[in-house]
This record gives sequence, structure tokens and C-alpha cells, in this order.
Amino acid sequence: MSDLRSAPAPGLSDADHLRGDPAWPLVILYADFTCPRCALAHERLRGAPLRVAFRHFAIAAKHPRAVPLACAVEAAGRQGRFWELHDALFADPAHTDDPHLWAHAGALRLDLERFERDRRSQAVAELVREQTRAGMRAGVAVTPTLIAGGTFAPGPPDAELIARLTG
Amino acid sequence: MSVLAPGTPAPQFTLMTQDEQPFTRADLLGHTSVLVFYPYAFTSVCSDQLTLYEEVLPELAQRGATLYAISTDAVHSQAAFRHELGSSIAQLSDFEPKGATCRAFGVLHEHGHPQRALVIVDSGAIVRWSHQAQSTSELPGANLIFDGLDAV
Repeated sequence: MSDLRSAPAPGLSDADHLRGDPAWPLVILYADFTCPRCALAHERLRGAPLRVAFRHFAIAAKHPRAVPLACAVEAAGRQGRFWELHDALFADPAHTDDPHLWAHAGALRLDLERFERDRRSQAVAELVREQTRAGMRAGVAVTPTLIAGGTFAPGPPDAELIARLTG
Repeated sequence: MSVLAPGTPAPQFTLMTQDEQPFTRADLLGHTSVLVFYPYAFTSVCSDQLTLYEEVLPELAQRGATLYAISTDAVHSQAAFRHELGSSIAQLSDFEPKGATCRAFGVLHEHGHPQRALVIVDSGAIVRWSHQAQSTSELPGANLIFDGLDAV
């Protein structure tokens, strides 16, 4: 069991998936692949000059596919295709069952056997669980939540927030 | 009106369980209770709140705490809400007389629904920690509950 008392959001680590120029302002995004508002956040952030660190906030009680999808994207990441599957799931949120994951894996030329093994592994499940619980300890309560410079912004970022974040 | 402060004995109250049985102050005795007052069943923030807290029920159990969700919705509305969420959290109805328990705990909103508030009561039915969100659209993180349990 985890200690869920308040604690600051962890700093960047090897477990984080980062996208964007290292010179751009950093935002940490806690999100869930079953969350339509997260897909909207993804769309709004993708063209912005921001360095995004994606972290899972996968609540099993919220959606039965929340944790399986988070694990699948982590498994793709173990073959260097984290962001590709991340983008594919947000682009097609109505197709997230296992056969759809296998189709994505094929399109991304993943080693399917390894993908299956990794996405069902204890290590990947633990990583997703730990990121989610670290988010809870930091005060994340909804998805998406952006953290930038210690400031929390729940909900999809609007143009004004993105302009402020990009400075 | 503001939520009961730490050190205050829980007031006498009667809520209704999903089995349409009374749930009173006496039911708080002997264990730590986390009372989650939420505004309305089936609304988005309340749904997010209860699914978030559902996720941490094992950790709450480990801390010896039982969580109850309280609103002024009718028992049957709460039951349907609970079913839709797939929730295992016990629901308690403050429907008749409407809002009486919320008023006693200092969390009745002027519009007749509960404020979004958390109250932790110890095994002697004494309030040990409480929190009222600044607005009903603000969802208190689960971390706040675990911080609050340190006061028990």
C-alpha cells in the first residue's frame, strides 16, 4: 500500500516520457487515455512550443480501460514507440479494445509478443500505479492536470494558458 | 455556516442507508469515518470525486477508515448513481428532512444541497479534521483525506 499524504510532484526521472525542445518551458501533464478532455488537451498542446512530460493518472474506477491503455502505451515505449501509440489512442478514442491495440502494434511494427508480455507485466502495472499515486499525492484530482513551475491547471488548457506557459 | 471544526463532537443526526435503514451518530462509534458531503448525484465533479476516492479505498482501509458519501439526493437516486459509477462506497441520504444532517455539520449550501466538504470523525464521534472546498466545482484531492487522517 502507498503513502498517499501530500507530497510535491516528483521531479523528472528516467520514467518520464518527454516531447519537445529541451529549451522550451516544461509542463508535466497528468492524463488518461480514456478521458476525452485529455484528448482535447493533447490537441491543444501538440502545436505549442512546450516541452511536455506525460505522466499517467489512470483511475480504474473511472473507466475499465484506463489502466490497460496506460500499460499498453508504456509497453510500446519499451520498444521506442511511446508517443506513437499515445497519439494513436488520443486520435481514435472509440477503438481501445485489445484487437485495436494489436492493430496499432502492427501498424507501429512492434514485436507483438513482447508488447503483449510487457503490457501485462507487473513492472509496467507498478509504474502506472506509482505515477498515478504520485499525482494524487501532489494533489492531482482530475484529468487532465498540467503542472508548470509548481502551478496546477486542471482541465484542458485554453489559448490564454498556453500563451502564458510559453511565455 | 461553516463546516464543523476539529474537536467538535459530531451532532446527533439521522441519515438513510441504501437499505432504507437509519444511520445515526451511534454508527460512527468504534471506527474512523470519512464523511464526504457532495452536492448532487450524477454530476460530473461528484462522479469524478467518488471514482477518485474509490481508487484509494484499500489505502483508507489500511488506515482503519471507512468512507461514506452523503448528499441530499433520495435513496433511490443515490442507488442509481452508485450503480452507474460501479462504486462500492456506502451512500447515505439526507433527503428527509432535507439537508438536516448537512445543516448540523455546517455544510448545507444556501441552495439546499451540501457544500463539497470532507469531515473525518474518530472512533469516539469527535470531528478530528474537516475541509470545505472553496466552491462546489473544486474537487478535493485524495491526498487531503490522508493528511487529515494524521489528526486522528
